[in-house]
Amino acid sequence: MSTRIGVITFPGTLDDVDASRAVRYAGAEPVALWHGDHDLQEVDAVVVPGGFSYGDYLRAGAIASLAPIMREVVEGAAKGLPVLGICNGFQILCEAGLLPGALTRNEKLHFVCRDQKLRVENADTAWTSGFTRDEEILVPVKNAEGRFVAAPDTLKALEAEGRVVFRYVGGNPNGSAADIAGVASENGRVVGLMPHPEHAIDLLTGPSEQGLGLFTSVLGTLAGAPAA
Amino acid sequence: MDVMPKPEILDVQGQAVSRALTRIGVSGIEVRQGKHFELEVDDSVDDETLHRIAGDLLANPVIEDWTVTRV
Repeated sequence: MSTRIGVITFPGTLDDVDASRAVRYAGAEPVALWHGDHDLQEVDAVVVPGGFSYGDYLRAGAIASLAPIMREVVEGAAKGLPVLGICNGFQILCEAGLLPGALTRNEKLHFVCRDQKLRVENADTAWTSGFTRDEEILVPVKNAEGRFVAAPDTLKALEAEGRVVFRYVGGNPNGSAADIAGVASENGRVVGLMPHPEHAIDLLTGPSEQGLGLFTSVLGTLAGAPAA
Repeated sequence: MDVMPKPEILDVQGQAVSRALTRIGVSGIEVRQGKHFELEVDDSVDDETLHRIAGDLLANPVIEDWTVTRV
Protein backbone atom coordinates (compact mmCIF):
# COMPACT_ATOMS: atom_id res chain seq x y z
CA MET A 1 0.00 0.00 0.00
CA SER A 2 1.41 3.35 -0.93
CA THR A 3 2.16 6.01 1.62
CA ARG A 4 -0.67 8.51 2.07
CA ILE A 5 0.21 12.16 2.62
CA GLY A 6 -2.50 14.65 3.55
CA VAL A 7 -2.60 18.12 2.01
CA ILE A 8 -4.80 20.63 3.83
CA THR A 9 -6.99 23.16 2.06
CA PHE A 10 -8.17 26.25 3.98
CA PRO A 11 -10.27 29.04 2.48
CA GLY A 12 -7.62 31.05 0.64
CA THR A 13 -5.06 28.25 0.24
CA LEU A 14 -3.34 28.48 -3.14
CA ASP A 15 -0.66 25.82 -3.34
CA ASP A 16 -2.55 22.69 -2.35
CA VAL A 17 -2.67 21.51 -5.97
CA ASP A 18 1.08 21.85 -6.46
CA ALA A 19 1.73 20.25 -3.06
CA SER A 20 -0.47 17.30 -4.03
CA ARG A 21 1.36 17.00 -7.32
CA ALA A 22 4.71 16.98 -5.50
CA VAL A 23 3.43 14.20 -3.24
CA ARG A 24 2.43 12.24 -6.33
CA TYR A 25 5.77 12.87 -8.09
CA ALA A 26 7.51 11.54 -4.98
CA GLY A 27 5.56 8.31 -5.31
CA ALA A 28 2.98 8.74 -2.57
CA GLU A 29 -0.78 9.17 -2.61
CA PRO A 30 -1.99 12.71 -1.87
CA VAL A 31 -5.07 12.90 0.36
CA ALA A 32 -7.13 16.10 0.35
CA LEU A 33 -7.83 17.29 3.90
CA TRP A 34 -10.44 19.96 4.58
CA HIS A 35 -9.91 22.73 7.16
CA GLY A 36 -13.36 22.27 8.71
CA ASP A 37 -12.99 18.55 9.35
CA HIS A 38 -11.75 16.87 12.49
CA ASP A 39 -10.42 14.02 10.40
CA LEU A 40 -6.86 13.33 9.25
CA GLN A 41 -8.09 10.25 7.35
CA GLU A 42 -5.27 8.21 8.87
CA VAL A 43 -2.61 9.79 6.66
CA ASP A 44 1.06 9.04 7.30
CA ALA A 45 2.18 12.68 7.07
CA VAL A 46 0.66 16.11 6.49
CA VAL A 47 1.59 19.05 4.29
CA VAL A 48 0.23 22.48 5.22
CA PRO A 49 0.55 24.37 1.92
CA GLY A 50 0.95 28.04 1.10
CA GLY A 51 -1.51 30.74 0.18
CA PHE A 52 -3.50 33.30 2.11
CA SER A 53 -5.65 31.27 4.47
CA TYR A 54 -8.56 33.33 5.77
CA GLY A 55 -7.20 36.27 3.77
CA ASP A 56 -4.32 36.65 6.28
CA TYR A 57 -6.88 38.34 8.56
CA LEU A 58 -5.57 39.25 12.02
CA ARG A 59 -2.08 37.81 11.29
CA ALA A 60 -0.91 35.45 8.56
CA GLY A 61 -1.82 31.96 9.73
CA ALA A 62 -3.48 33.06 12.98
CA ILE A 63 -7.04 32.03 12.20
CA ALA A 64 -6.08 28.90 10.27
CA SER A 65 -4.05 27.73 13.28
CA LEU A 66 -7.34 27.36 15.17
CA ALA A 67 -9.22 25.51 12.41
CA PRO A 68 -10.66 22.09 13.35
CA ILE A 69 -8.17 20.19 11.16
CA MET A 70 -5.27 21.95 12.88
CA ARG A 71 -6.35 20.62 16.25
CA GLU A 72 -5.93 17.15 14.76
CA VAL A 73 -2.55 18.09 13.26
CA VAL A 74 -1.31 19.39 16.63
CA GLU A 75 -2.44 16.16 18.30
CA GLY A 76 -0.88 14.07 15.54
CA ALA A 77 2.40 15.97 15.73
CA ALA A 78 2.58 15.24 19.46
CA LYS A 79 2.55 11.56 18.52
CA GLY A 80 5.28 11.97 15.91
CA LEU A 81 3.24 12.62 12.75
CA PRO A 82 5.56 14.30 10.21
CA VAL A 83 4.21 17.74 9.29
CA LEU A 84 5.60 20.11 6.65
CA GLY A 85 4.52 23.75 6.55
CA ILE A 86 5.32 25.73 3.41
CA CYS A 87 5.06 29.53 3.34
CA ASN A 88 1.60 30.28 4.78
CA GLY A 89 1.76 26.73 6.13
CA PHE A 90 4.94 27.66 8.03
CA GLN A 91 3.16 30.72 9.41
CA ILE A 92 0.25 28.49 10.49
CA LEU A 93 2.56 26.00 12.26
CA CYS A 94 4.25 28.86 14.15
CA GLU A 95 0.88 30.30 15.14
CA ALA A 96 -0.25 26.84 16.24
CA GLY A 97 2.79 26.55 18.49
CA LEU A 98 4.26 23.57 16.62
CA LEU A 99 7.29 25.62 15.57
CA PRO A 100 9.08 28.45 17.40
CA GLY A 101 9.27 32.08 16.33
CA ALA A 102 7.03 34.09 14.04
CA LEU A 103 6.98 35.38 10.47
CA THR A 104 6.70 39.14 10.05
CA ARG A 105 6.47 41.69 7.26
CA ASN A 106 9.48 41.61 4.93
CA GLU A 107 12.21 44.08 5.81
CA LYS A 108 11.69 46.15 2.66
CA LEU A 109 7.89 45.69 2.74
CA HIS A 110 7.91 44.23 -0.77
CA PHE A 111 6.31 41.02 -1.88
CA VAL A 112 9.39 39.09 -3.00
CA CYS A 113 9.06 36.50 -5.77
CA ARG A 114 12.24 34.92 -7.10
CA ASP A 115 14.23 31.74 -7.37
CA GLN A 116 16.21 31.37 -4.18
CA LYS A 117 19.20 29.29 -3.24
CA LEU A 118 18.96 27.52 0.11
CA ARG A 119 21.49 25.56 2.09
CA VAL A 120 20.33 22.41 3.83
CA GLU A 121 21.67 22.88 7.37
CA ASN A 122 20.13 19.78 8.87
CA ALA A 123 19.75 16.59 6.84
CA ASP A 124 18.41 14.55 9.75
CA THR A 125 14.82 15.81 9.92
CA ALA A 126 11.86 13.79 8.67
CA TRP A 127 11.64 16.06 5.62
CA THR A 128 15.35 16.46 4.76
CA SER A 129 16.80 13.00 5.37
CA GLY A 130 17.34 12.50 1.64
CA PHE A 131 19.64 15.53 1.37
CA THR A 132 23.22 15.84 2.50
CA ARG A 133 24.26 18.52 4.94
CA ASP A 134 25.35 21.79 3.28
CA GLU A 135 23.74 20.74 -0.01
CA GLU A 136 22.37 23.74 -1.87
CA ILE A 137 18.98 23.70 -3.56
CA LEU A 138 17.21 26.22 -5.78
CA VAL A 139 13.50 26.78 -5.14
CA PRO A 140 11.09 29.70 -5.60
CA VAL A 141 10.36 32.04 -2.72
CA LYS A 142 7.23 34.23 -2.84
CA ASN A 143 5.93 36.07 0.17
CA ALA A 144 5.39 39.42 1.84
CA GLU A 145 5.63 38.16 5.42
CA GLY A 146 8.59 35.84 5.49
CA ARG A 147 10.94 37.57 7.92
CA PHE A 148 11.60 35.00 10.62
CA VAL A 149 11.94 36.46 14.11
CA ALA A 150 12.32 34.85 17.51
CA ALA A 151 13.54 35.85 20.94
CA PRO A 152 17.37 35.88 21.25
CA ASP A 153 17.28 32.85 23.57
CA THR A 154 15.10 30.96 21.11
CA LEU A 155 17.45 31.76 18.23
CA LYS A 156 20.42 30.61 20.30
CA ALA A 157 18.67 27.36 21.15
CA LEU A 158 17.65 26.73 17.52
CA GLU A 159 21.26 27.13 16.40
CA ALA A 160 22.67 25.05 19.25
CA GLU A 161 20.19 22.23 18.67
CA GLY A 162 20.66 22.22 14.90
CA ARG A 163 17.02 23.12 14.35
CA VAL A 164 17.75 25.63 11.61
CA VAL A 165 16.95 23.38 8.64
CA PHE A 166 17.33 25.78 5.70
CA ARG A 167 19.27 29.01 5.37
CA TYR A 168 19.11 31.56 2.54
CA VAL A 169 22.26 31.66 0.41
CA GLY A 170 23.20 34.43 -2.00
CA GLY A 171 21.04 37.11 -0.43
CA ASN A 172 18.44 37.18 2.30
CA PRO A 173 15.11 37.99 0.60
CA ASN A 174 13.25 39.34 3.61
CA GLY A 175 15.56 40.22 6.49
CA SER A 176 15.05 36.93 8.35
CA ALA A 177 17.10 36.54 11.50
CA ALA A 178 20.39 34.72 10.77
CA ASP A 179 19.22 34.12 7.16
CA ILE A 180 16.82 31.47 8.48
CA ALA A 181 14.52 30.07 5.79
CA GLY A 182 13.20 27.04 7.67
CA VAL A 183 13.22 25.46 11.13
CA ALA A 184 12.28 22.16 12.74
CA SER A 185 10.60 20.99 15.91
CA GLU A 186 12.73 19.45 18.67
CA ASN A 187 12.15 15.93 17.35
CA GLY A 188 12.71 16.94 13.70
CA ARG A 189 9.30 15.64 12.63
CA VAL A 190 7.74 19.06 12.05
CA VAL A 191 9.48 21.33 9.55
CA GLY A 192 8.44 24.74 8.24
CA LEU A 193 10.01 26.87 5.54
CA MET A 194 9.03 30.00 3.64
CA PRO A 195 10.31 29.00 0.15
CA HIS A 196 8.30 26.62 -1.99
CA PRO A 197 9.83 23.19 -2.67
CA GLU A 198 6.55 22.04 -4.23
CA HIS A 199 7.12 24.51 -7.09
CA ALA A 200 10.54 23.00 -7.87
CA ILE A 201 9.76 19.43 -8.84
CA ASP A 202 9.67 19.65 -12.62
CA LEU A 203 11.94 21.65 -14.95
CA LEU A 204 8.92 22.44 -17.11
CA THR A 205 7.55 24.77 -14.45
CA GLY A 206 10.25 25.24 -11.82
CA PRO A 207 13.88 26.33 -11.54
CA SER A 208 15.01 22.85 -10.48
CA GLU A 209 13.73 19.46 -9.38
CA GLN A 210 15.43 19.74 -6.04
CA GLY A 211 12.29 20.60 -4.11
CA LEU A 212 11.11 17.05 -4.61
CA GLY A 213 13.75 15.99 -2.09
CA LEU A 214 11.59 17.06 0.85
CA PHE A 215 8.76 14.81 -0.29
CA THR A 216 10.95 11.82 -1.07
CA SER A 217 12.74 12.36 2.25
CA VAL A 218 9.57 11.86 4.27
CA LEU A 219 8.83 8.67 2.34
CA GLY A 220 12.28 7.42 3.30
CA THR A 221 11.69 8.46 6.89
CA LEU A 222 8.33 6.69 7.02
CA ALA A 223 9.75 3.56 5.38
CA GLY A 224 12.69 3.50 7.76
CA ALA A 225 10.78 3.76 11.00
CA PRO A 226 7.30 2.58 11.90
CA ALA A 227 4.90 5.44 12.61
CA ALA A 228 4.77 6.36 16.27
CA MET B 1 -7.34 46.11 23.45
CA ASP B 2 -4.29 47.61 21.87
CA VAL B 3 -1.78 45.26 20.30
CA MET B 4 1.67 46.61 19.46
CA PRO B 5 4.83 45.06 18.05
CA LYS B 6 7.32 44.49 20.87
CA PRO B 7 9.89 47.29 21.19
CA GLU B 8 12.70 45.04 19.96
CA ILE B 9 10.76 43.95 16.87
CA LEU B 10 11.57 45.95 13.76
CA ASP B 11 8.29 47.64 12.75
CA VAL B 12 8.79 48.13 9.04
CA GLN B 13 5.24 49.40 8.49
CA GLY B 14 5.70 52.07 11.15
CA GLN B 15 8.99 53.05 9.53
CA ALA B 16 7.30 53.43 6.16
CA VAL B 17 4.65 55.67 7.75
CA SER B 18 7.41 57.73 9.40
CA ARG B 19 9.05 58.25 6.02
CA ALA B 20 5.76 59.22 4.42
CA LEU B 21 5.28 61.86 7.13
CA THR B 22 8.29 63.70 5.81
CA ARG B 23 6.40 64.11 2.54
CA ILE B 24 3.74 66.18 4.28
CA GLY B 25 6.43 68.27 5.91
CA VAL B 26 6.59 66.52 9.29
CA SER B 27 9.97 65.21 10.27
CA GLY B 28 11.60 63.71 13.34
CA ILE B 29 8.62 61.60 14.35
CA GLU B 30 8.96 57.87 14.82
CA VAL B 31 5.78 55.89 14.24
CA ARG B 32 5.04 52.40 15.47
CA GLN B 33 1.96 50.74 14.07
CA GLY B 34 -0.31 48.36 15.94
CA LYS B 35 -3.90 47.21 16.13
CA HIS B 36 -6.87 48.36 18.15
CA PHE B 37 -9.71 45.98 19.00
CA GLU B 38 -13.02 46.95 20.54
CA LEU B 39 -14.78 44.14 22.37
CA GLU B 40 -18.29 44.50 23.71
CA VAL B 41 -18.29 42.43 26.86
CA ASP B 42 -20.54 41.88 29.81
CA ASP B 43 -19.27 43.26 33.15
CA SER B 44 -19.00 39.68 34.34
CA VAL B 45 -16.10 38.99 31.93
CA ASP B 46 -13.01 39.21 34.11
CA ASP B 47 -9.58 40.61 33.26
CA GLU B 48 -8.08 37.15 33.17
CA THR B 49 -10.43 36.19 30.35
CA LEU B 50 -9.68 39.40 28.46
CA HIS B 51 -5.95 38.76 28.70
CA ARG B 52 -6.46 35.18 27.58
CA ILE B 53 -8.34 36.47 24.52
CA ALA B 54 -5.44 38.79 23.78
CA GLY B 55 -2.65 36.29 24.39
CA ASP B 56 -4.27 33.34 22.66
CA LEU B 57 -5.68 35.04 19.58
CA LEU B 58 -5.63 38.81 19.14
CA ALA B 59 -1.88 39.11 19.75
CA ASN B 60 1.05 36.82 19.03
CA PRO B 61 3.09 36.90 22.26
CA VAL B 62 6.24 36.06 20.30
CA ILE B 63 6.22 39.43 18.57
CA GLU B 64 3.50 41.57 20.18
CA ASP B 65 2.52 43.13 23.53
CA TRP B 66 -1.00 44.17 24.46
CA THR B 67 -2.87 46.38 26.86
CA VAL B 68 -6.47 45.98 27.99
CA THR B 69 -8.50 49.07 28.84
CA ARG B 70 -12.10 49.03 30.07
CA VAL B 71 -14.17 52.03 29.03
